[in-house]
Amino acid sequence: MEDAKKLEKFQAKIDAEIKIEPKDWMPEDYRKHLQRQISQHAHSEVIGMQPEGNWIGRAPSLRAKVVLLAKIQDEAGHGQYLYSAAETLGKSRDEYIADLQSGKAKYSSIFNYPTLTWADMGAVGWLVDGAAIVNQVSLQRTSYGPYARAMVRICKEESFHQRQGYEIMATMANGAPKQKAMAQDALNRFWWPSIMMFGPHDADSPNTGNAVKWKIKRETNDDLRQKFIDKTVGQAEIIGLAIPDPDLKWNEARGHYDFGEMDWDEFWRVVKGNGPCNKQRIRHHKKAHQEGTWVREAANAYAKKQKHLVA
Amino acid sequence: MTTNEALINYSLRLGDSSLILGQRMAEWCSNGPILEEDIAMTNLSLDLIGQARMMLTYAGKLEGNGKSEDDLAYGREEREFYNTLLSERPNGHFGETVVRNFLHDAFFYHLYDSLKNSKDEMFAAHAAKSIKEVSYHLRHSSEWLVRLGDGTEESHTKVQESLNDLWEYTGDLFEMNQVDEILIKESIAVDLNDVKKEWDKTINAVLKRAILNRPEDAYMHSGRLNAIHSEYLGHMIAEMQFLQRAYPNAEW
Repeated sequence: MEDAKKLEKFQAKIDAEIKIEPKDWMPEDYRKHLQRQISQHAHSEVIGMQPEGNWIGRAPSLRAKVVLLAKIQDEAGHGQYLYSAAETLGKSRDEYIADLQSGKAKYSSIFNYPTLTWADMGAVGWLVDGAAIVNQVSLQRTSYGPYARAMVRICKEESFHQRQGYEIMATMANGAPKQKAMAQDALNRFWWPSIMMFGPHDADSPNTGNAVKWKIKRETNDDLRQKFIDKTVGQAEIIGLAIPDPDLKWNEARGHYDFGEMDWDEFWRVVKGNGPCNKQRIRHHKKAHQEGTWVREAANAYAKKQKHLVA
Repeated sequence: MTTNEALINYSLRLGDSSLILGQRMAEWCSNGPILEEDIAMTNLSLDLIGQARMMLTYAGKLEGNGKSEDDLAYGREEREFYNTLLSERPNGHFGETVVRNFLHDAFFYHLYDSLKNSKDEMFAAHAAKSIKEVSYHLRHSSEWLVRLGDGTEESHTKVQESLNDLWEYTGDLFEMNQVDEILIKESIAVDLNDVKKEWDKTINAVLKRAILNRPEDAYMHSGRLNAIHSEYLGHMIAEMQFLQRAYPNAEW
């Protein structure tokens, strides 16, 4: 009875667009959904450092190196405040990381694709961050306060990243034929995985549940995907690159682009762990974590000694 | 040797040491012991590459043949790099990086502290800007050295070993030649003997807090002044310059 009343009050707040804060009562499913979603988002930022970090050493100019470094640093920062937001839900960063390493928690599948050429730094910024922004802009209005506020901050930086990525693509597309070919190849490889970042069709989305009713999710996967495609097609045209979808065409009646069907077998295969880099990414994360164990232990031991000195 | 030639070499020394240490720090990306250190280490790398850009641009200007920072970073070979031997040492484990950076940060700190009074306006400006960054780099590496030195038995042993191993690359930091002689006379460069005295004080103070033993000065490697490096540098440069060499004259 108690819970039913609380639930009613909770829903009333949501309906009135009042943010839910960490100390407020919330249904267990709401908490679980957010723990899963925010930590997955944090893990994505952190795992995403690997494919981009892959090119810092080989960045083709010092300016490009600095821009890439700053971007990756931003992403680590996003990971940090997303973990903090997730921790307000009563679970520690260590526990979230343990879930990532055991495979219980996921991260965005896009980072299971390799970055093979410098053009991939462009494609990741332009398409992957571009897709992320569409999703994150919508999440700025999500019902959980700490998550919504983290999104506001993150969106500002992500739009920089997207512009920087697009700049790399534009420069290469206007460069020597080999550079243009590299840019087109990157677009070919990253296009479909990018539009699959929005997740399955709404009808097949297993985690939606109450997310819409609770206003965790403000727009559906398919609506967000459409938004991304609509704004990206023109950007590709401007720099003379072709989107690798023969079914892509403007639909006057809908006021949107129509596009081809995604390869859902590939999507589920990669989500389930069989993408080009799934094992590599987690192995890398575990290795860094394990190699850092003695460092964390030493830092804790030192902090304890200092506490004793003060006491 | 003309003053201009000496200036070019001096700028390359400064620029290359920052560049190579910055390239090393970038290797830590996604490999840190905690996320906060990933952020800190990419930040160190960013500062260092920024410093390198300023000095390489200056070297190009002094050469007077239109060379850019990138021409110098990506167009020179191993035997034309004048970075310190210490800056190219491999990262090793986290403690080893901390020790290497600590020794190098203290060097940069005291070097820039004097160089900010240089009669050369560019060097003075560069030093004044860089010392702000380097003083927090030094704080970062010093604090970690104290934590690890005075942490657990394991961490203490590890960093003491790293310190013992890296010590023989510290002599190279302070070597001088004709370039220094010419520029010191004109109050442009800094007498590294004086820098060494300040460096010693910082090193001793932090090692004491970290309960680490300062190694005895024994054999010291040397090579920076003549661009004679360890085998490691060639691999770093090969990685760094790959695209520029594969696609000469391409814009990125």
